[in-house]
Amino acid sequence: MFDYSPAPESKDLVKFQASYGHFIGGKFTKPANTFSTINPATEQVLAEVSHGTAKDVDSAVKAARTAYEKTWSKLNGATRGKYLYRIARIIQERSRELAVAETLNNGKPIKETRDVDIPLVASWFFYYAGWADKLDYAGLGANPRAHGVVSQIVPWNFPLMMLAWKIAPALAAGNTVVLKPAETTPLTALLFAEICQQAELPDGVVNIVTGYGDTGAMMVGHPDVNKIAFTGSTDVGRIIAKQIAGTDKKATLELGGKAANIVFEDAALDQAVEGIVNGIFFNQGHVCCAGSRLLVQESVQDVVIKKLKARMENIRLGDPMDKNTDIGAINSKEQLTKIDRLVKQGVKEGGEAWAPSCVIPKNGFWYAPTIITGVSPANTVVREEIFGPVLSVMTFRTPAEAVAKANNSQYGLSAGVWSEKGSRILKMADQLNAGVVWANTFNQFDPASPFGGFKESGYGREGGRHGLLSYLKGSN
Amino acid sequence: MPTIDPEAVVGSRITNQSLSRWLHSLPGVDKVGLEARTASLGTRSIKTASKAWALDMAIQMMDLTTLEGADTKERVRSLCLKAITPDPTDLTTPQPAAICVYGDMVKHAKEALGKNKIHVAAVATAFPSGRASLPVKIADTKDAVNAGADEIDMVIDRGAFLSGNYLEVYKQILAVKAACLRKDGTRAHLKVILETGELETYDNIRRASYLAMLAGPDFIKTSTGKVSVNATLPITLLMLQAVKDWFDQTKIQIGVKPAGGIRTAKDAIKYLVVVKETAGEEWLTPKYFRFGASSLLNDVLMQRQKLTTGHYSGRDYVSVD
Amino acid sequence: MRLEVKKTYKLFIGGKFPRSESGRVYIVNNHKGVFLANVAKASRKDVRDSVVVARSAQSGWAGATPYNRGQILYRIAEMLEGRREQFVAEIRELTGQNEKQANQEVDSAIDSWVWHAGWTDKIDAVAGNMNPVAGPFFNISTNQPTGVVAAFAPQDSSLVGLVNTIAPAIVSGNSIIAISSETLPICAVTLAEVLETSDLPGGVVNILTGNASELGSWLASHLDVNAIDLEGTSNAAELEMLAAENLKRVIRKGSYSRTGATGSLQHILDLMETKTVWHPKGH
Repeated sequence: MFDYSPAPESKDLVKFQASYGHFIGGKFTKPANTFSTINPATEQVLAEVSHGTAKDVDSAVKAARTAYEKTWSKLNGATRGKYLYRIARIIQERSRELAVAETLNNGKPIKETRDVDIPLVASWFFYYAGWADKLDYAGLGANPRAHGVVSQIVPWNFPLMMLAWKIAPALAAGNTVVLKPAETTPLTALLFAEICQQAELPDGVVNIVTGYGDTGAMMVGHPDVNKIAFTGSTDVGRIIAKQIAGTDKKATLELGGKAANIVFEDAALDQAVEGIVNGIFFNQGHVCCAGSRLLVQESVQDVVIKKLKARMENIRLGDPMDKNTDIGAINSKEQLTKIDRLVKQGVKEGGEAWAPSCVIPKNGFWYAPTIITGVSPANTVVREEIFGPVLSVMTFRTPAEAVAKANNSQYGLSAGVWSEKGSRILKMADQLNAGVVWANTFNQFDPASPFGGFKESGYGREGGRHGLLSYLKGSN
Repeated sequence: MPTIDPEAVVGSRITNQSLSRWLHSLPGVDKVGLEARTASLGTRSIKTASKAWALDMAIQMMDLTTLEGADTKERVRSLCLKAITPDPTDLTTPQPAAICVYGDMVKHAKEALGKNKIHVAAVATAFPSGRASLPVKIADTKDAVNAGADEIDMVIDRGAFLSGNYLEVYKQILAVKAACLRKDGTRAHLKVILETGELETYDNIRRASYLAMLAGPDFIKTSTGKVSVNATLPITLLMLQAVKDWFDQTKIQIGVKPAGGIRTAKDAIKYLVVVKETAGEEWLTPKYFRFGASSLLNDVLMQRQKLTTGHYSGRDYVSVD
Repeated sequence: MRLEVKKTYKLFIGGKFPRSESGRVYIVNNHKGVFLANVAKASRKDVRDSVVVARSAQSGWAGATPYNRGQILYRIAEMLEGRREQFVAEIRELTGQNEKQANQEVDSAIDSWVWHAGWTDKIDAVAGNMNPVAGPFFNISTNQPTGVVAAFAPQDSSLVGLVNTIAPAIVSGNSIIAISSETLPICAVTLAEVLETSDLPGGVVNILTGNASELGSWLASHLDVNAIDLEGTSNAAELEMLAAENLKRVIRKGSYSRTGATGSLQHILDLMETKTVWHPKGH
């Protein structure tokens, strides 16, 4: 038997401090109101971090305002770009450490942090660095202006990557930022604060405040903030949209999704199966654009499900630090409970849940990759975002039915379509109401490519020229 | 041994038209997706006990090959001795599956190997180009079988395949398979070389795999080693998927042999990962997976020495062959 | 002396001119305060009906070729030009503007349709992108209409404000429910007649006359409306709050000028969604 021996990445590559304050005006504050942040794979405490208060938020916004007015807006684009290039390089240099830190705090496999998250973090800064002195070409005419101070709130599913998606374009456009990482995954943002110091980024251009949702709400509500950028749930997105109603604050919201992944009978079936797996089991399904609704044409349903199950038997769940782990830990007990509740609901409503045989570790939070067949568009698991490694399977007969079912959602973040027929792909891409359509691929990300949703999946784009526009306004 | 009814598989009487319809109804292959999957499997980290297992398995799966115009009796004999005792410093080292030579070298190999269970494989059918008439290919095959070859590595007629003459390719494989029969009623194992580098597209490779499998060989093999693109990991994954699907459909298990360009232990281990996670553990045996290689053995031996002794070995600590 | 035949001012829904389902009207006076007309006062149910027809008309309109949409918008300009005297007269009657001012407004309205007509097949050329991603993928970002737009035309404009509210929405393939100025609704009804004779499919533009505050909350909270333009509202913050319920795209008051003969590409794009499509490149 060819069993892979344990191949653990070294935990010693990262040294967390025992406790962290906030990063405001270029310096760490004294830790206060601390709470523990853990490794969800072991439930061991990694560090204590501070729960940001109104006072903390206010001083962070003040630092950002001062930096905006005194330094950052006075620098030319080329210089701002050079700071971002520096940051990109330091991220590349410290990539192994950052990957380990992210895996420890998030629970996602080291394979993903090493091969996906951290490389994208570096490339995001590198990409937007190049925009900083080319803002006249962004599409708003000559001399577009920054908004000023931006409050940015990022989720726990791609902690450092989401930070990069937020901070890189904001700084390139000339804004200064106050960023809050998610309460369960603050550590790489705090390491990023150190990177800002190493890059000698002017004090106050980037400020990191840690804390819970109440801290985030104060960041949104602060009167001296000009723009909000949020990635997270649609429910919180709604709250933010209400909170800024009637103000001059702009917002970019990247919210939930319930993507359809549509497999036609003429698809490259083996690659489609890979795409299904990558679509829903990448990052434990903790992905807003996850392909959580499989729509497979009836004529190939049996073969696709058979191949999918065979493929899922090869998914390796376990220690996120093991280089061969495909599915790591669920990020929190709360999230695990939610996944479990929704799957049980799906079964209660007549769905049939199937998971491959895999050993679930004793400690930590885990959920086996699961598919639910026998469900229909009315079922809870088909409508609600589960945000876990759970795939609902439905069938369709014709392209029109596929489009109708795919679009039948309050969300519209992403969609997948699999067919070897070019004209069908293009027509489907036209008809699907989703901000990102992955045709014969899934879950691809690139700093040059805009990402963001239709409908209740939010508004604004991140990535590419469009992502830059979110942080600029015209010169008039 | 179970057999299939080709007409039942194709769903019609075997004609070029029906073969064409059948092959072109196979799902397409997306190049980018296939290569991405392969690259992802290539990042598996195989350490310690699993690495030791994999290195030994890689040796046992090897068709140790010499296919040079300059091959001599002595050269073949020396290779056979290497196969019998791959590493004189470590007698626990397993032996490769076979020695792979040109047909005229079969008798020398048989002689050198004696009673050893290592097989002799012969390339045949106007290897490597396959450009000869069918009677010549059959004679080539029979000659090797009569000389004692345990296995025949034939090449398909790529010209016929690329021009859409699938029936010709199919018939030739059947004819060569028939030529593998020995007087005693047993049959030399047949490996069908697709020469994937000349088929170029993954769609072609999938179709050629199915066409070959329809004729009932023991193995499908990637390459002759004589063209610019030989075995690659994605091609091998694709062919492993094909034999797996074939097995699911027909219950007939066919082996896969990547050949050419696999030179390092690290690469060999990647292939084994692909075997395990594509076709499955049932293929992780020399009966169903082989490496056609020459220099690979020494690199595996050096890695093996490193695992045993704890320090890196050097080229002068394994024999040149 | 011949007795003049007066027009009944009705709503414009689904290409037809119904009365308000509520049967309500309100009095519109001329600039001297003299009775001019009883104008239909749209109700909650008129809003409901308008959204239904706007939704069903939208995909067909978006699916028309940009060239076709451009020609129809240009046709609107042509029809408007043909009836300019009527618009000039209505504006003068309603607002007391002099002939030159009224003519200027009509000029701007016509020219704005022409300006917008030219955009239909150029939006993606300047606001779409081929994205050079780091991998073997074809990657393109295009813009598509957001869907159904609810819009409140500026209260202080008879015609050009309404045109500069409708045109940026429909140029890309959205359908719209436009609430006209409450006190200056006469040109809105006449504009509806122009639209009705311009090959514009029914339901793409729906014009309701009435009270913006009364209708606002129904439109802002409607889950089948994708975007809301708050220009002519007096309770914008409250409506923006309601619009948040389904994350409507919001155009805040004062975001764009509505008085000119040209609009703003950004205004058009605010009512569009960027769609990015990936496809592998390989034999």
